[in-house]
Amino acid sequence: MADVGRHPNITLHTMSEVVDIKGFVGNFNVRVLKKSRYVDESECTACGECAKVCPVVYPDEFNVGLSSRRAVYMPFPQAVPSSYAINMNECLGHGCSKCADACDKNCIHFHMSDEDFQVTVGSIIVATGLEPYDPREMDEYGYTRYENVMTSLEFERMVNAGGPTKGELICPKDRQKPRSVGFIQCVGSRSLQKGGEYCSNICCMNTIKSTLVLKEHYPDMEIKVFYIDIRAFGKGFEDLYNRSRQLGVQYVRGLPGSIEELEDGSVRVAVENTSTGRIEYHDLNMMVLALGIKPSSGTQRLQEMMGLQLTSDGFYLEAHPKLQPVDAATRGIFYAGCAEGPKDIKESVTQGSAAAVRAVRLMHRGVITSEPITSEIIAEHCVSCGKCATVCPYNAIVVDTKKKTPAVVNTAACSGCGTCAAECKFGAIVMNHFTDEQINSQTDIMLAENAADKILTFACNWCSYAGADYAGVSRLQYPANVRLIRTMCSGRVDEEFVWHAFEKGAPVVLVSGCHIGDCHYIDANHWTEKRIVKMHKKMEKLGIRAERLQLEWISAAEGIRFAQVMKDMDKLRMGVSPGEIAETIEILKARKKK
Amino acid sequence: MEISGMAAVAGAGIEKPRTGVYVCRCGLNIAQTVDCAKVAQNAAGLEDVVVSKEITYACSEPGQVEILEDIAENGLDRIVVASCSPRLHEPTFRQMMKKGGLNPYMLEMANLREQCSWVHMHEPDAATEKAEDLVKMAVARVGLLWPLTEEIVPLTKKTMVIGGGIAGIQAALDLADTGYEVILVEKKPSIGGIMAQLDKTFPTMDCSI
Repeated sequence: MADVGRHPNITLHTMSEVVDIKGFVGNFNVRVLKKSRYVDESECTACGECAKVCPVVYPDEFNVGLSSRRAVYMPFPQAVPSSYAINMNECLGHGCSKCADACDKNCIHFHMSDEDFQVTVGSIIVATGLEPYDPREMDEYGYTRYENVMTSLEFERMVNAGGPTKGELICPKDRQKPRSVGFIQCVGSRSLQKGGEYCSNICCMNTIKSTLVLKEHYPDMEIKVFYIDIRAFGKGFEDLYNRSRQLGVQYVRGLPGSIEELEDGSVRVAVENTSTGRIEYHDLNMMVLALGIKPSSGTQRLQEMMGLQLTSDGFYLEAHPKLQPVDAATRGIFYAGCAEGPKDIKESVTQGSAAAVRAVRLMHRGVITSEPITSEIIAEHCVSCGKCATVCPYNAIVVDTKKKTPAVVNTAACSGCGTCAAECKFGAIVMNHFTDEQINSQTDIMLAENAADKILTFACNWCSYAGADYAGVSRLQYPANVRLIRTMCSGRVDEEFVWHAFEKGAPVVLVSGCHIGDCHYIDANHWTEKRIVKMHKKMEKLGIRAERLQLEWISAAEGIRFAQVMKDMDKLRMGVSPGEIAETIEILKARKKK
Repeated sequence: MEISGMAAVAGAGIEKPRTGVYVCRCGLNIAQTVDCAKVAQNAAGLEDVVVSKEITYACSEPGQVEILEDIAENGLDRIVVASCSPRLHEPTFRQMMKKGGLNPYMLEMANLREQCSWVHMHEPDAATEKAEDLVKMAVARVGLLWPLTEEIVPLTKKTMVIGGGIAGIQAALDLADTGYEVILVEKKPSIGGIMAQLDKTFPTMDCSI
C-alpha cells in the first residue's frame, strides 16, 4: 500500500469517484469528482493533534462500528495517503474550529471545495471490489437483535491486534471471553431465497482461518462450524482444513434453522445435522456469520457509463470466461478482483497483474488501429436533412441543414453502429462491412428454400449474438430452423431489411439487441425500439400481423433467455400459414410499386 | 440503396471473386453432429467457390498453413471459415488473412459450433442442413465484401485504475513499475479496501497489510 503512495508513476486520488466516461479505447475522457478532504494531504503529518480536540464522536467505519472516531479522523493507522480527513456532514464547522487551532502546520482548511477534473487515459482497469452481504435480511439468525451474533467482518476486526480490543475476543454483551464460538457458513450465499445464488468463494477458507487463529490464542475454546459443504479447493487449503479439524474444531453439516438468545447472552442454535438426520441444539457464547460477497454498490452506475455488461449475479461479465477472463467486451477496459466475481486475495492479485499486462499489451505501441467499420456518405444522394446527425450516438456526423451541404462523417469518432445508415431514407449512407446489399444477400440465400420453415433473426454482435454463443457454450438446445444475421448493433437493422425478408417469404422476423441502457453504442438501440414501434403500426395498416415482427433484448449473459426466445419464435412461426405468407408477399410487392 | 459507386472506388467487383471455403471439424466439437464433409462438398458447387474442404482445426497452425497454401496456389481473394463464433476467432483469421497477403476484411465466418453442433446436438440432419445454409449465406456475403483499411491513431499511454483494493493496487503497481502512468481513483479516504481490514489471511496465515 505504501508503495502506491510514493510511486512516481502513480497519481492517487482518494475520496474520488468517476462521474462520466466519454471517448473510446486509446483515448477515454474520464471526469472525476474529488470530494474535499478539508485537510491538506501533502502537508498533514498525521500527528493526530486535531482528533484529540475534536468534540464530535462517530462510529469508526474501519472497525465496523466496534470503536469510535472523531469527525476529523485517520481512516486507520496505515492509511495511504497518511493524512487525516474531515467528514463535513459530522463536523460542527467554523463555529468550532478546534482542530484547526490545534494543527501546528495549518493544514486544515474549511473552505476547501470539491474538485471536478478530466483526464484522458488509454485504458481503464475496473477494480471496484465487493460489498459484504447485509445479514439483517436473514432475521432467523438474529443479527442486531442478539448482541453476541456478529459478522465475520466484525470478528475479523476483533481478533486483529490493531483492532478495537487489541486482538482480544470478547462477547459484545458482557465483555467476557467466550468459551465457545460458532460459525455459520453461506450467509447470503448459495440461497435461492436470500442473498446470492452463487458461492462466495472465500467464506469457507476465511472461517477455517478464523478457527485456526482462535485455536492458536485459546486452545481450549469450543469451536463449531455449521456448513453445507466445505469448499477447500485451492492450493494449501485442504491442509488448513485438516489442521483445523485436528485441533478439535467441530464441523457440523447443516445450516441452523433458527437462533435464540439465552438469558446470559449466549445463543442456542437449532440445526438439522444432515450427516445423522437428527435435530440438534447447540449452546454457544458467540455466533459468527460468515458473510457472502455482493457486487459493490456503484457497479451498475459504472456499467451504464461504460456500456459494460453484468452477469445475472450483478458482477461484471468478462469478454470470455476462459480465454479473456480480465477483458471487458469493450476494448480497452479490463477487470480485476471481486468486481468480476467473488475471489480471494491470491486470485485478486493474479487478476490485477493480468489486467495490467493486458493494458500494457494494448498500449505499448503508442498507437492503436481505428475501427474501419464506419459509415460513409454518398454526397450526391444526401439531401442534408440532418437525420443521421440526430441519431448518431457519438456526434460523429456533421451536417449543415441550412446551407444544405452534404453530411460529413468523422471516421475517428464513428464507432460503426450503423444507425445512421438504417435511418437514412435517401440511401445516402453506406455502412462499411454491413451494407444493405451484404445483409440482404444473406436473407435472400436463407429464404431461397423452405422459407416458411425458417426463423430469421437479426442479432447484434455484442449482446444477442453473444447470448447465442453463450447458449452454445452452455449446450442449450433450441429449434434448428433459427438463422442469425449478425449486425454490429440492432440500430443497423434498416426497416427495408425487414420488409425485404417478409417479401422473400419470411414467416417471422426477430430483431434482437442489447437491453436498453446496455447498448455498446451508447443508446443506439433506442432507435431500434422506435423503428420497430413504427413498423408495427405500418404493418397493421398494410394488413400484416404486427406480431410477426418481434423485438427482444437479449444480453451476452442470457443464453437461457436466447434459447427460450427461439422456442417462442418457433411457436409464433407455426401460427403463420402459407396463405398468410403469400398474401404478405403480394402486399409488399404492391407497396414497392407505389 | 446504390452502393455500386462506393464498391467501385474500393476496387471490389472488378474481377470475379475467388472464394475458399473451410469447414472446420473442431476435433469432434462440430463433426460429431454436423456432417462436415457433406457441407464442404455442397459448398464446392456454389458460385465463385474455388476451393472447399473440411479441416480438422482451422484455427491451429497446420490448419492456417493449409489455408495459406491454398490462397497462394489458387489465387483465392476471399475466405469463408465455417467454424466457431467470430467473436472468438475472427481476430485469429483476420491475422491469417494478412499473412496470406489478403485484406483482413475479405473474411466471413459461419458459426457452426455455437449455432449448430452445440445447440442441435440431437438433430444431426437438421444441424447439417442449417450448417449448409449458414455456409451459403457466408459465401454470398463474402462475395460482396470489399477491402477495408484500419487507420492508425495515437493513444494516451496512461491507465486509470478504478478502485484501490488489493486488485487495483496490484494492477496499479505492475503498470507503474513497467513505466506507465497510472491514475488510481478510490472512493474512500484511503486505499486498501476490504483487504486492509483483515487480520491473518489464508493460506499463508500472515498479515494482510
